[in-house]
Amino acid sequence: MNNNNNEPIIVAENLTKQYGGTTVVNNLNLKIKKGEIFGLLGPNGAGKSTIILMMLGLTEPSSGSIRVAGFNSTKEPIKVKRVTGYLPERLGFYEDLTARQNLKYTAELNSIAQKDIESKIGEALEIVGLEKNKNQPVNTFSKGMKKRLGIADVLIKDPQLAILDEPTEGLDIKIANQILDNIQILNNAKNITFMISSHQLNLIQKICTSIGIMSKGKLIGEGKIDNMGRGLFSEGRYIIEIELSNVNPEIIQKVRTIKSVVNVESNDNILEITSDEDIRSQLSRVILENNMLITKMNIKDSSLEEIYLKYFKEE
Amino acid sequence: MRGALTVYRKEISDYFSSKVFIILLALIYIAGLGFAYLSIQAIKSAPLSSDQSLLIKVFIDELFFLKLFTVGEIRALMTFNFVRFFGAFIPLIGILFGFNSINSERNSGNISRIISQPIYRDSLINGKFLAGITTLSLMISSIVFIVMGIGLRTIGVPPTSEEILRIFIFIFICIIYGTFWMSLSMLFSVLMKNVAASILTAIPIWLFLTFFWPFIAPQITDQIIPVEAGATLATQLSNISLSVDLLRISPFILFYEATAAIVDPTLGHFALRVTESDLSKLIARPLSLSQSFLQVWPQMVVLIMLAFICFAISYIVFMKQEIRST
Repeated sequence: MNNNNNEPIIVAENLTKQYGGTTVVNNLNLKIKKGEIFGLLGPNGAGKSTIILMMLGLTEPSSGSIRVAGFNSTKEPIKVKRVTGYLPERLGFYEDLTARQNLKYTAELNSIAQKDIESKIGEALEIVGLEKNKNQPVNTFSKGMKKRLGIADVLIKDPQLAILDEPTEGLDIKIANQILDNIQILNNAKNITFMISSHQLNLIQKICTSIGIMSKGKLIGEGKIDNMGRGLFSEGRYIIEIELSNVNPEIIQKVRTIKSVVNVESNDNILEITSDEDIRSQLSRVILENNMLITKMNIKDSSLEEIYLKYFKEE
Repeated sequence: MRGALTVYRKEISDYFSSKVFIILLALIYIAGLGFAYLSIQAIKSAPLSSDQSLLIKVFIDELFFLKLFTVGEIRALMTFNFVRFFGAFIPLIGILFGFNSINSERNSGNISRIISQPIYRDSLINGKFLAGITTLSLMISSIVFIVMGIGLRTIGVPPTSEEILRIFIFIFICIIYGTFWMSLSMLFSVLMKNVAASILTAIPIWLFLTFFWPFIAPQITDQIIPVEAGATLATQLSNISLSVDLLRISPFILFYEATAAIVDPTLGHFALRVTESDLSKLIARPLSLSQSFLQVWPQMVVLIMLAFICFAISYIVFMKQEIRST
């Protein structure tokens, strides 16, 4: 396995897809590095699934190109699919067959040598915690078990890249978290690059090393979560929220004079301070010098949900 | 091709473990054995009534063994025999093998998982198609061979090499016929998302072409070329020829003509095109194998073409269909 983590595993250039006049993916440029857990986030219909289908060569782009692991997805789909595992959003198995039989079929479609198949199935099922259900028909499985089986199905081929489309949708938090833990462990232990498409931000946020936000076919934000929050909220500035025992115009004036403060807004006892730097220590000194009490202070968290809401409010 | 082979193996094992297959197999065996019993009874009783020994009958009748498949009971002006039964039942097998082949994969959500494996997309449809033909062939040939075996034991007359050849051609025609119906219902399974819709389209088409068209076609002919009392021979002939042409729209008629000329060549079938030189032979003795083959060649080609066209359309539509995640 290649451990050079700076090399991109997915490169999309000016990728566009139109379905009968409507543009589903609009001039997308994206690079995902090896070893990342990349979260592709956006509401339903933002074009996430279409990007995935184009990555796997299942749908042809209208223009532009996409390369996965160095292969052009449109021209060499078989080579791409050999190194890429895919968990579809609407995941289905052959219900009458057992978990083992389903995975065996996948293994055979991947031309895995017969002698290795059983051990690979055992290993994959153990990772997702289904080894006890190996010989159970899939129609006895719960939704969460099926998703886990789906991940085992992806692992069978020892992928370099795993693309998971809505892996936690419709699952309760506990099971969703188990799946996310699995992903994180696999990312570390097997150096599998993950690309997770989802609209469940809070869940996915925890494990992503970087994210991209999609809206109406466009990638409107991309990068590390921390950087992204600041970038999106206040043009790269910090927003500090501070609650005081009481607020008077004098203190607002004093705060404004602190270096790098751009704006101060007051609302009852709460001040919202925009600045170019993290000025919390100066701020508390100024306030204490004025014999005022800080009841609460925090840097507005760039939680994914807020980023996300922000984006969709702007629409 | 490797991918298609894997799909093929999986589909074959699916067929052999499916309930539909077991029920169809049981039905075709029961009915096949029933018709074999009927024809054996008829053959055995014939010599007694006509004062001939079985041996003499064999010498007179060149294609004695084939009677197993063509002698039957006449009830309500319809002959019920093995060939007729096959003509009616094989389409049903074909339809049941094909109607859910693609849309069930789509509905169950398996399709995106399977074609995201490193195989070409056509591997799925090719593998399924070949597996269907194989299973169909096994079903048809096994019951024919069983009936042959029983016939051999009970009548005690071995088939001649010509008869064996004729039986193989008969099996081949049956397989083509079944393949046509399978590819037709497969086409519906590609075109229609709903499994029920595809079977509810295929079955009425089968019913119409098999059971109603033979009654409707002559009616249409009579409207176009009416034959009144005192009509000329030319009018009568053109009426008949138009009627035959119309009838041949139904694959059932094509199948019937083809199998009749192969396994029952002594009868004067309405649609046989007989050359002058054959005419004298026709009355006295059955058509030779090569003549029979010549007679059924067009029917066979048409059936093969129909099967091929249906599969080709399914293939093209399937390859062009967008694979959406939902």
